[in-house]
Amino acid sequence: MRILVMTKPVPDPAANAERMGPDFRLDRGASPTVVNGNDEYGLEAALQLVEALGGEVAILTMAPAIGVETMRKALAMGALRGVLVADDALAGADIPTTIRVLAAAAQTQEWDLLLGGLDTSDGAGGAVTAGVAARLGLPLLSAAAHIAPDEAGRKVRVRRLSAKGYDLLEAPMPAVISCTQALGTPRYPSLKGIMAARSRQITTLSLADLGEGLVPAGGQWPSRVVGVQPPPSRATGRAVTGDAAAQAREIADYLTAQRII
Amino acid sequence: MPAALLVIGEVADGHLTKLSAEIATLAARLASEIGGEALGLVLDAAPDVPAAEMAAHLPRVVSVASGPAADEVWAPHAAAEARRLVGEGATHVLVGVTNDGRDVAGLLCGVLGWGILANAGGAAWEGGRLVTDALVLAGKAITRSTVDAPNAIVTVGPGAAEATALAVPGTVETRTPAGETPVPAAVVLERVAEEGSAVSLEEARVVVVGGRGVGGPEGFGLVDELAALLGGVTGASRAAVDAGWIPYARQVGQTGKVVRPLLYLGMGVSGAMQHRAGMQGSQHIIAVNRDPDAPIAEISDLFVIGDLFEVGPALAAELRARRAG
Repeated sequence: MRILVMTKPVPDPAANAERMGPDFRLDRGASPTVVNGNDEYGLEAALQLVEALGGEVAILTMAPAIGVETMRKALAMGALRGVLVADDALAGADIPTTIRVLAAAAQTQEWDLLLGGLDTSDGAGGAVTAGVAARLGLPLLSAAAHIAPDEAGRKVRVRRLSAKGYDLLEAPMPAVISCTQALGTPRYPSLKGIMAARSRQITTLSLADLGEGLVPAGGQWPSRVVGVQPPPSRATGRAVTGDAAAQAREIADYLTAQRII
Repeated sequence: MPAALLVIGEVADGHLTKLSAEIATLAARLASEIGGEALGLVLDAAPDVPAAEMAAHLPRVVSVASGPAADEVWAPHAAAEARRLVGEGATHVLVGVTNDGRDVAGLLCGVLGWGILANAGGAAWEGGRLVTDALVLAGKAITRSTVDAPNAIVTVGPGAAEATALAVPGTVETRTPAGETPVPAAVVLERVAEEGSAVSLEEARVVVVGGRGVGGPEGFGLVDELAALLGGVTGASRAAVDAGWIPYARQVGQTGKVVRPLLYLGMGVSGAMQHRAGMQGSQHIIAVNRDPDAPIAEISDLFVIGDLFEVGPALAAELRARRAG
């Protein structure tokens, strides 16, 4: 089983230090960077599959050259090698370009399953993994909560989160899977893993390695942010203190006054 | 050529979803503002009812019975229908921010190469271009975005418009499936419903959420009881889901469901940014928490400082008494 996991470096949501630059793009220097959460759940699932079935896990990242630092964290978890697509012409790339570039880069590798996050914590467009499946013309198994390839390596079954529970899906491999938190908690890298990650190979590809026509002519992205503002603050509410019975009455009074009950 | 906005409708339990009705209303308004067109698509095993429901909001709806494709995942087939309508002149495709909606948006983006305006909470024309607002960075900022092109895919979150019926309902046009999907559609072997999920969180009028403060799986008994009394649905914070007290399908937050109910009632929820991103659009927010410094206080209409295991049962009793009275 060969699994390629798309991993995006994102600002650490826990650090709470994200900032927009003057061009309304995310200021990538403002915050410590981590592997996007949903990508990391996919990586954990991939590592567990390979531990059970044999094979290898590799990671694919499109990021500025500094992205190797975040890739080392994913390698420390157990991925064996990495592919980084880094090119100055990709700064601020929009979603369709990201899809084209990742699909082209994925085609330079051999794999049975291509995993990516359902969405990312910074952009949260939630379109890239599905878009890559479309570019490659491969089955998309999305919103995965569980991944089970058959032993012959021909088909894969995925539990896909639904509004009411999950749907059990099946498709032939190779296939593309979008991953969620429901796959389970990622492991912490061991000290041994961190040491090993230092010597693992990260291959850097530029746009020239991937063929023509991936980036719009003139280097302008049609999609752009034209303004940023803080979210509207809600009108300040009131604190309700006192004994529980009085508090319950006050809640019920509010619900009645607002015609909720 | 004037814009033609295509809304891809979603169906749950035989009916058009509330979110799709909102997006239909939004599209009809946007189209009328520029003298463009707005049309809807319903693709379902039984499309007649939801297509008629969609036509209440849109001048024209294309209705497709999915046939054998009903046993396959929906998104590739919906993308195939959308592609056909794009071939007939649709300039913008609007879908909901749901797992299915985002799959369709991604597949279409991959095959059409159109830009995506993601997670729109509202949309307007500015200088002939569609500009959308979106909450980003777990609710820390609102960005206004546009695509400098005649085409775009827009994913729309709940509450971008209030679903409003047209004075005269639109027409419904029945078609056979478009055929070739952009990717082979995965087969659905089984659809499994988990307990307590009769009404979806996203559609619920009232959502009662249990957080770390409920203390364990048994604590959700009280949350369920309040949800039942308020005609609502039980949700959970990530802390409660991570602890294994309740399935992930119940999670409200950035990595779970985004809800926008009439009433959000949080029981023992601290209100981390991650959670707020999934609920701060609620119309009324009431939170019960022992910690007077819990961040959810900042966005609550009523912030009840107390033990949820005292306030909760007292509230249940009060609601029962008022109902009986």
